[in-house]
Amino acid sequence: MSTKKKKSKPAAEKAAEEKKPELEKAETAAKKPAEKPLKEKQPEPEKKEILEELLKPEETIEAEGGEMSESLIMVRNLEKHYGDLHALDGVSMNIEKGEVVVIIGPSGSGKSTFLRSLNLLEMPTSGEIIFEGVNMLDKHVDINVHRQKMGMVFQHFNLFPHMTIMKNVTIAPMKLLKKSREEAEEKAHELLRRVGLDDRAQSYPSQLSGGQKQRIAIVRALCMEPDVMLFDEPTSALDPEMVGEVLDVMKSLAKEGMTMAVVTHEMGFAKEVADRVVFMADGKILETGSPEEIFSNPKTEKAKQFLASVLS
Amino acid sequence: MTIYAAKTFSEWFADLQARFINDFITDNRWKFLWNGLGVTLKITAGALVIGVLLGFLVAAVRATHDKTGKLRFLNVLAKLYLTVIRGTPVVVQLLITYFVILAPLGVNEVLVAICAFGINSGAYVAEIVRAGIMSIDNGQFEAGRSLGFNYPQTMWYIILPQAFKNILPALCNEFIVLLKETSVSGYVALQDLTKGGDIIRGRTFDAFLPLIAVALIYLVIVLILTKLVSILERRLRSSEH
Repeated sequence: MSTKKKKSKPAAEKAAEEKKPELEKAETAAKKPAEKPLKEKQPEPEKKEILEELLKPEETIEAEGGEMSESLIMVRNLEKHYGDLHALDGVSMNIEKGEVVVIIGPSGSGKSTFLRSLNLLEMPTSGEIIFEGVNMLDKHVDINVHRQKMGMVFQHFNLFPHMTIMKNVTIAPMKLLKKSREEAEEKAHELLRRVGLDDRAQSYPSQLSGGQKQRIAIVRALCMEPDVMLFDEPTSALDPEMVGEVLDVMKSLAKEGMTMAVVTHEMGFAKEVADRVVFMADGKILETGSPEEIFSNPKTEKAKQFLASVLS
Repeated sequence: MTIYAAKTFSEWFADLQARFINDFITDNRWKFLWNGLGVTLKITAGALVIGVLLGFLVAAVRATHDKTGKLRFLNVLAKLYLTVIRGTPVVVQLLITYFVILAPLGVNEVLVAICAFGINSGAYVAEIVRAGIMSIDNGQFEAGRSLGFNYPQTMWYIILPQAFKNILPALCNEFIVLLKETSVSGYVALQDLTKGGDIIRGRTFDAFLPLIAVALIYLVIVLILTKLVSILERRLRSSEH
């Protein structure tokens, strides 16, 4: 593609910019901290609108010049085939730093596949995923390093049953970030306190309820200090009375400015927390916009049908 | 018949005592069993180490291929190994290892037996371990990889500890089979436990006591092994609840 040549330069720019958002985190608790410095650098007023329009692949390629160094994650024309099944059909999307993107759609629409493609748990057939300026699908990229910066929370928690909660949440920081035990456990205690489970540190996962397990799973991902959190239907396997406690943790994360991509059926969460809602069907992004736009004024027939069935 | 029936219990017992002394005490014949036991345990322990190492290695290759499609060439080799070893009797493998491969080089018989039984056992251990790895939910694997662990790290920290717990009974079974299989070591002029009993039989022309003694010794070792494994199993399981 013609886009490839352009990629290397913005990647370097991006790296230089990386340090800035770190500082901002402390300054602004508000969402979208990335907007400010970018506007200072490249004062293009229409840029924001262009970003909103990025759903169509053709436009993306033309409009990219300026945006290349902006978004935390940029996905271009992602395709995934399982044999005859066309699970992802040219999906393009940008995720900005600090943004909460909620992906909704009927089952089999490819939303989970898309989310799992972002950290390459699913290997896309073709396309590009540029995370922090690096094309993850480049053969020379060490995917394990970049996965450390992308926390993932699964529908079925996937805690390690042979380890205590403390071990569950500290093993990755200790082995991968080479933190000392004290350092890792201090961070773990702090995060466990935040989700209200510090007293369960020495328990095993089998002793916890579903909601508690999922909160631990979130802490496990956060202990790696990721730049983005991916949630794959985090409340779908939970008993109804436990959904709230998990959503509360996610809401507080969003408030702190964590970049989040969430696949969920919790429309209430989407309305309340999302900066942007993306509607997917048949492996394509059909609509994208603010929660109000999507929920009160869906444009496509499929989105209308889907929303009618879930909101009733 | 009438003579037997006329025998009193005390006469029968005196006879047994005499045979016992003749079989085990005279000329220190018990040493055949004692030394044989030593050889049997040496072979079993050596073969166990080789079998487990080889088994885990082959299982890692097979499971990696099953999960990722990589290592195609090594996987073909592993499959060939499994087919040949599991498709031929262990006695034949032992004879081939000894007479065809290693005897011309003048290798010590115990070492030959260790290699033959170790390579044999490795094939069975490999399939047990592979089954254990495949039994772990793929979500565990994904959770490990999503944190940034690479494939070997995920295997080592997350998959294998769980798999090991599941396969412990099957592994224990394999070790028992291995111990008992070494009783064919006599084929290559090794004086193991079984051969020791057989030598006594050859000297005293009494089959009953030496062979029963040999059987009892195997039984006791197996019982000890079973007990040890069940202790280990309980300890591993207690960590989960």
